[in-house]
Amino acid sequence: MATPKDMMTTWDKIQPGAVLPSFEDPEHKVRSKFNSFNYKVADWRVEKPVFNRDLCIDCDFCWVSCPDSCFIVEEVENKRGKKQAKIVGINYNLCKGCGVCVDVCPTPIKSLLMFPEFMDNEEALKQWPTKDDKK
Amino acid sequence: MKKITNLKEFACTPDRFQGGHRLCPGCAHGMIVREVVNATDDDLVISTATGCLEVCSAIYPYTSWDVSWLHIGFENAAAGISGAEAMYKALSRKNRSYNPDKNVKFVAFGGDGGTYDIGFQSLSGATERGHDFLYVCLDNEGYMNTGGQRSSSTPVGAHTTTSPRGRVSYGEKNRKKDLTMIMAAHGCPYVATAVPGTKHWKDLATKAAKAISTVGPTFINALSPCTTEWKFKPEDTTEIADLAVETCMFPLYEIEDGHKLTITYRPKQKIPVEEYLGRQGRFAHLFKPENKWVIEEIQKQIDEYWEYLQRREEAGV
Ligand SMILES: Cc1ncc(C[n+]2csc(CCOP(=O)(O)OP(=O)(O)O)c2C)c(N)n1
Ligand code: SF4
Ligand code: SF4
Ligand code: SF4
Repeated sequence: MATPKDMMTTWDKIQPGAVLPSFEDPEHKVRSKFNSFNYKVADWRVEKPVFNRDLCIDCDFCWVSCPDSCFIVEEVENKRGKKQAKIVGINYNLCKGCGVCVDVCPTPIKSLLMFPEFMDNEEALKQWPTKDDKK
Repeated sequence: MKKITNLKEFACTPDRFQGGHRLCPGCAHGMIVREVVNATDDDLVISTATGCLEVCSAIYPYTSWDVSWLHIGFENAAAGISGAEAMYKALSRKNRSYNPDKNVKFVAFGGDGGTYDIGFQSLSGATERGHDFLYVCLDNEGYMNTGGQRSSSTPVGAHTTTSPRGRVSYGEKNRKKDLTMIMAAHGCPYVATAVPGTKHWKDLATKAAKAISTVGPTFINALSPCTTEWKFKPEDTTEIADLAVETCMFPLYEIEDGHKLTITYRPKQKIPVEEYLGRQGRFAHLFKPENKWVIEEIQKQIDEYWEYLQRREEAGV
């Protein structure tokens, strides 16, 4: 009989009535090559969001509202030893450039901004607005 | 029940609904589904009725689901999930379950077309039989996957391809069906409304966690702003959802045991409904002088309904 572990590898081994374990352990995450995570939807984009780590306060608003699960998160411990999420980047294969994340980012100068698709991220970070640009 | 205290912690959850699906940019379906499936650590079995979510998350050969997932017809998401649940129970009883020490929970997703209209019989039946599952309605107020036809959830005045605006018509004429109350009247142990977005993320996640851990049939009606057919810019999705709550067009509440109603969010100051309608192309024609009365009518209906909710909450019946 197929064990749950076998079942995670190929669909034809699933038996009627089987309930698959969800792939919840990030370390051992077995994603089949048919998971849409491995697909690219980047060609939907005209503009892309660029992330500025220096301004981010890790409120994770962008994580919760991105419809395409684009935000790459690192689990870190805060001062009180509690686990918390740290945003480390954007998965550009999955991002469709909708701009929701920029809209919800609450920092006084946005930590996420839309830039033209062809622009280099380094270049975009150099052009980031400063406090004086406001007004 | 998974304890969801703050977003910093919640965001450590590995996503169980992956990107790379083909929902439109800014589609609220993606936001809602992610939150619901991430709101529990239990293993999940999911069935999804035909509609935007289903066709976009399972384009051959790809799948966006990191949980067991059942492709089911437009009309029977609830029947499918109740069958799976019954089978799982039977197998467990015979000790033939693959992972006996794990909790497995059952969730169905359907659009409003697949819930308010065509899937209503299977939902009502599954509820009557008392299966242990959560049904989430992704309420975008129309049959969006097939080109934006009206459903019984379309609000008065909305332009859709089958309730078009024009010289003689101001759009949809029937009142939106109150499905949440209908589900409560079935005696569901837990029924709630919810919206996506950052302002009410906790409301949605807590309701989902609560519904999943409640034994018996539970129901969440989640407003799902549709950028394509409601006609607004993709980045505005969460703002539109917030406006629906602030204007009381889509109030947030929950009903326990079929009767105990609690309003879960009370706007500090109810905003006039124009603010909400004016942001969406589907209501643009209502702002013509000859249609102004429709807006007044909508406002009146909202006020009455809000009053009704508050009275019911007070009375505790
Ligand atoms: C029995 C049946 N009738 C019609 C269809 C065609 N159809 C597929 S999706 C859809 C509309 C779905 O609308 P809704 O449930 O509101 O979901 P949305 O696309 O808006 O998310 C229709 C009519 C079908 N698949 N099956
Ligand atoms: S632009 Fe849209 S899809 Fe891209 S990361 Fe931001 S919210 Fe996600
Ligand atoms: S919304 Fe902005 S501040 Fe908050 S985590 Fe995302 S990038 Fe950082
Ligand atoms: S048509 Fe609407 S509901 Fe369907 S994927 Fe596009 S935005 Fe989402």
